[in-house]
Amino acid sequence: MKTLSLGRIAFVVFCSLVLLFLILPVLIIVPMSFSSARFLTFPPPSLSLRWYQEYVGNAAWMQATRVTLTVAGFTVLIATPLGVAAAYAINGSSLRIMRLVHLTLMLPLVVPIIIIAVGIFFVYARVGLIATMPGLVLANVMLGLPYVITSVVAGLQSFDATQEMVARSLGMNRFRSFLVVTLPQIRASVLTGAIFAFISALDETVVGLFISGGQYQPLTKRMFTSLRDEIDPSIAAISTLMTAASFMLVLLASTRQRKRN
Amino acid sequence: MALNQQARDPSLRFQRREQGLLLALALPALLVILALVLVPVGWLMWQSVYHDGFTIENYRRIFSEDIYWRSFLLTFKISLFVTLLALLLGYPVAYAGASASKGWSILILSLVILPFWTSVLVRAYAWLALLQRTGVVNQLLQYFGLVDEPLAMVHNTLGTVIATVHILLPFMVLPLYATMQKIPNDLIQAGASLGGSPSHTFWRIFLPLSLPGVLAGTTLVFVLCLGFYITPELLGGGRTIMVSMLVSRNVELYDQWGAASAVGVVLLAGVFAIFLVVSRFIPLDRVWGQK
Repeated sequence: MKTLSLGRIAFVVFCSLVLLFLILPVLIIVPMSFSSARFLTFPPPSLSLRWYQEYVGNAAWMQATRVTLTVAGFTVLIATPLGVAAAYAINGSSLRIMRLVHLTLMLPLVVPIIIIAVGIFFVYARVGLIATMPGLVLANVMLGLPYVITSVVAGLQSFDATQEMVARSLGMNRFRSFLVVTLPQIRASVLTGAIFAFISALDETVVGLFISGGQYQPLTKRMFTSLRDEIDPSIAAISTLMTAASFMLVLLASTRQRKRN
Repeated sequence: MALNQQARDPSLRFQRREQGLLLALALPALLVILALVLVPVGWLMWQSVYHDGFTIENYRRIFSEDIYWRSFLLTFKISLFVTLLALLLGYPVAYAGASASKGWSILILSLVILPFWTSVLVRAYAWLALLQRTGVVNQLLQYFGLVDEPLAMVHNTLGTVIATVHILLPFMVLPLYATMQKIPNDLIQAGASLGGSPSHTFWRIFLPLSLPGVLAGTTLVFVLCLGFYITPELLGGGRTIMVSMLVSRNVELYDQWGAASAVGVVLLAGVFAIFLVVSRFIPLDRVWGQK
């Protein structure tokens, strides 16, 4: 049925080029990370694990990795319950003020990140949270909340709320009926939200640049300084690992979602 | 009296308790946003006008000093250019994704979403490696004899634009795709059955129906670009000073809190003004909801 007109060929070629433009820069870091060369060259002269060894053997990179993983872990542990509670409230309430609450909770996505970063820096300086672990975690909880809330609100909207009503009318209290009836059925959306909050904490850079310091510097801050000042080729190895981690998490989230549908 | 009666009505009382409970559930999350977004932004606003007495000096400087208004102008131009480029590149891809068969559609969307979840830092690094003087692109160009001298594609505005388009393109494609996917195929077929050529049905039926997606995508890309920080900092070579860099430099290098705050407030006001205008045409959650 479809005729292969010139226009159609041009369209397919154009789209393929755009998709290549999107994906190539992400893929090119992989061969670069296995290069034996000191400078960024492509194709690599020969393969080696040199930059991975250098990354693992470097105490500063390792410490930064530990900080990032700890921060991301605590961020998920705190942002997920807060986000689920807020999403439940947004979905269940008919009050007009809830719309305002919802918009307010989405603010971290709307306000330019540099303004948030400078503002938090200023507030933290007053309360002594600069260069501390709780400070970093709290900032990442704030940035992760919109992801959890968006995902869980969507999950709750496709869930039949009368089921929870039935459980309550049979004498279960609200909290238990949520845990036993509702939560298992929106599990996929909660998990998706948690995963996105985790990735958001792994990738967060700008706020960390301002508020972290000393031994509590996340990986991204060290990467940023290294990229700005003098490029350390270990970054290719770190980038590859970070990208692989993100991809696997996104894959996990999307297969979970699909299973539900 | 009437109020008292209402208060005694058990179902109303139940409902009120119910709503109170729901508000309480949202409270912890709200407190986090209050402490880490509203208070800091409010503080910046205060600082921008108050320093040992009220002053508009910080705002006056934005309009009178070259580096300030030039930076705003440059940011505006880059954002406009990036948005147009993203629309030009993104519309056909979204169209392909919405009209292709299921398998192809999933592949196209995956190729759009995967970079979306890659760290901005990683992508800035990749572009540095690709575009620098001894980078892959220059090596290829020289190998094929297309240029004699390596081109300066990074550490300038060009490098910033290329990497920014790359980072923001998914934000264009995803809302476009979401809108296009909902356009009923029947309409296109009806147009065709009435004798419309494919290009006619596209221009007269499909394109107008996809406009809400265009508005959502362009708004998102433009606004995000206005506040971009990492890419211009790493790929701009210190010459492309966008507004965000103006804020950070005033804080980090010059310790000029008032100036930094005023620049931030103007940027924020611009962003909110855009959202306010756009929200008259499409609901805002449509702009942000499609991640």
